[in-house]
Amino acid sequence: MQSSQVRGDAVGRPAPVNEIQVGIAELKVTGQPNRLITLGLGSCVGVSLYDPATKVGGLLHIMLPDSTQFNSIAKPAKFADLGIPLLVQEIKKYGGRVNGLQAKLAGGAQMFTGLSDKLVLNIGERNINMARQTLKKIGIKIVAEEVGGNKGRTMILDTISGLVTIRVVGSQLKVI
Amino acid sequence: MIEPAAISEIHIDALKEISNIGLGNAATALAELLNKKVDMAVPKATFLEVEQIFPLLGGLEEVVACVSLSVEGDVPGAVMFVFTEQSTYKLVDMLMGYKTGTTAELDDMGESAVMEIGNVLTGSFINAIGGMTGLRMNTSVPMFAFDMLGAVLSSFLVASGHWEDRLLLIETLFFQEQDEIKGHFFLLPETGGLERLFEALGMPAEC
Repeated sequence: MQSSQVRGDAVGRPAPVNEIQVGIAELKVTGQPNRLITLGLGSCVGVSLYDPATKVGGLLHIMLPDSTQFNSIAKPAKFADLGIPLLVQEIKKYGGRVNGLQAKLAGGAQMFTGLSDKLVLNIGERNINMARQTLKKIGIKIVAEEVGGNKGRTMILDTISGLVTIRVVGSQLKVI
Repeated sequence: MIEPAAISEIHIDALKEISNIGLGNAATALAELLNKKVDMAVPKATFLEVEQIFPLLGGLEEVVACVSLSVEGDVPGAVMFVFTEQSTYKLVDMLMGYKTGTTAELDDMGESAVMEIGNVLTGSFINAIGGMTGLRMNTSVPMFAFDMLGAVLSSFLVASGHWEDRLLLIETLFFQEQDEIKGHFFLLPETGGLERLFEALGMPAEC
């Protein structure tokens, strides 16, 4: 993981907050006071996992639900079924506790109107369903969701509070 | 899809030339529609990775309008028109005959106008290729989105299976009197599509 572990210095001044960007089909983990942000989720789904006890958080930007339909997997973080377990592993490595993890989901929208038959695959919905399923299998509770609809979303996880802020074009920020 | 290394300057020039002819037809169609002179130019044609498109158009959260169509026939694939938010408004002004700067948000009427432009341009482009090569190509009904670039592009490219591909970007300029509007026209041929196109043009690409 590229995320740097930022802590307060010896005289107790607060550590600077870094905003770490998570690209498409990527995942990142960090600790307080940093924020994780992923921009422009459409049919993609952002999955945040947060351990309130250690204040370690992770964010994943998945594109597709199911890796088993593909032969070669270059980026496991692209898929819900592989990305979520991988994110859990990385959080564990960082010192987060898997037992208390809280999940939040955002994205999975239908961006286009006038869809042609070929593209009515509902990838957004399938991403959401697979993310829910995978989390359930591992035993992680989803505490909040901002999914579906037809708007693009930016998702920001604050590791101090565990709150997730959702940014949508033309609307006010929403905190979940 | 052909690796860009196999495509020479000559091929890029040919694509630019085809685009020019196609957009020339489109300009005529537009001028008839608007009863006003409209000029178009193709300053640049180039291959890009998806990730390179985001900074080019202002970043993942930049608001854009995107008209996309799928193409069937001898050169199957998809085409995509992307306009930045400001270009979209200028385009609506031009199409509706408003003074530049009038449109500041996209309503249903504006959306239909932008979609129609995408339709006319794509149709003219595809017909120009068909006319020059004898290749048979049809387009689907257009789809439309107006939102964050990252959300729009990723959704379309994932759904159409083109995320991993390199895309051919044909930059297009529309002129009407003093106004200039830049559009980004993307061609996303399926595997073998470009080879077939170049072959039909009598200039096979080495692969």
